[in-house]
Amino acid sequence: MNGAINALTRSLNVFHLGGSACNNCDIEILDALTPRYDLERFGITLVGSIRHADVLLVSGIFNRKAAIRAQELLAQVPKPYLVLGIGGCPCTGLMFRDSYNWDRPPSDYMQIDAFVPGCPPKPEAIISAVVKVVEGLRSGALVPRCLQESGGMVEKAATEVADTA
Amino acid sequence: MKGNMVLLEFLLFPGLLFTAVAGLLTSWVDRKVTALVQMRVGPPFLQPFHDIRKLLYKETCVPEGGAIGLFLLAPLLGLAGVTLASMILWRTLLNAEATFVGDLIVLVYLLVMPALGVMLGSFASRNPLASLGGSREVKLMIAYELPLVLAILVPVVHANSIRLGDLLTGQAPVTSLSGVLALLVCISCMQAKLTIVPFDMPEAETELTGGALIEYSGPPLAMFKLTRAMMLFTMPVLLVVLFFGGLVSGPGWWPALIGFLLWFVLVAITIVIRNTTPRVRIDQAVRFFWGPVSIVAALAVTLAWLGF
Repeated sequence: MNGAINALTRSLNVFHLGGSACNNCDIEILDALTPRYDLERFGITLVGSIRHADVLLVSGIFNRKAAIRAQELLAQVPKPYLVLGIGGCPCTGLMFRDSYNWDRPPSDYMQIDAFVPGCPPKPEAIISAVVKVVEGLRSGALVPRCLQESGGMVEKAATEVADTA
Repeated sequence: MKGNMVLLEFLLFPGLLFTAVAGLLTSWVDRKVTALVQMRVGPPFLQPFHDIRKLLYKETCVPEGGAIGLFLLAPLLGLAGVTLASMILWRTLLNAEATFVGDLIVLVYLLVMPALGVMLGSFASRNPLASLGGSREVKLMIAYELPLVLAILVPVVHANSIRLGDLLTGQAPVTSLSGVLALLVCISCMQAKLTIVPFDMPEAETELTGGALIEYSGPPLAMFKLTRAMMLFTMPVLLVVLFFGGLVSGPGWWPALIGFLLWFVLVAITIVIRNTTPRVRIDQAVRFFWGPVSIVAALAVTLAWLGF
């Protein structure tokens, strides 16, 4: 296994990238980081700066203008990193799907490594997802999408979003 | 030949490698005790080492338009400063005769380097939040350096010498009233020098989102974290040398054990203060250090001079 990936799985610094979510996923994410669930047991800590981040927790959808900012942020994360979509919104948009600020699901223009379904997912579900991602990374079944070849996708989508805005 | 030995001492023992390992173990103790205070299990034993290893593998992002050279050199400054400081301290502890006159002054200057590194790095990164954190670091340093230097004067007055070796072999200053007062001043200044709660406003995670270190990633960030861990180890050692001199020097394992226990008590006091107090504002911190703490420090120096 790759040394960088091995080191990554032992010390995950989490950054919370909230879109315009309904706030339930945000609350569940904070719940998962409370002493009750004690994620520091697995070396997981919450950080405030995106430069310190290893995992981005994306919740909610982004409208057209916010999508550009989200991609700018994504380009600032030091590699290798992971992106986790929390809740159903980053995948499908769920209840925001027919609203006036709906553009398209964040999974169309962000390279999301894993989705945690639920509306909202329980802290147990988030922890279980993180454990599965870590196991996948260690066994080599999962390669962070930021390290894969399809890197051009994000830039292309960003210009598309900018054109339509 | 002698130059090679000094280089070896700087890089291995008691310099970089030894201080880094000891510092990371101390930061594990810090995190574990914090976890126990909050009634959780806490991080695994080697977690600080994993954190540093991961950061060494990460990409280094450089902010656009920042002073790149200074931005990348600043972490080295702090690391070199704390390594040299620890080396001088441990050479004294291993052999009280091996030091030079005035090494305490050199030590005080070297221990300023980590804070200086954070300042330069934050101002070089061209980030408004980082420069806010950097300016708070400047103010905090101006605040705590005065009482700290005054308190360090007390053991010097007691031993009538400014050589660390003489401080170590003389009677422990803490057995006198002025020594106790100076020790209390030093403990509060240590908290600020390590920039941990209640004096962590340069990094203030909730308002400045990482503050001074906001733009750092990868190996430079690892260096800053290592510097902080090494400071957490070195500052209590300095206090033990300054205030418990006679108790921890001498042949045999008994003084070494007492020294270790005293060091651990000082670290524990730091961790308990960190876990039981909220962060104060920068103006409150300056008022605290220039007001009561400086007055107590001046009182301690006067008492020491009068022979108490």
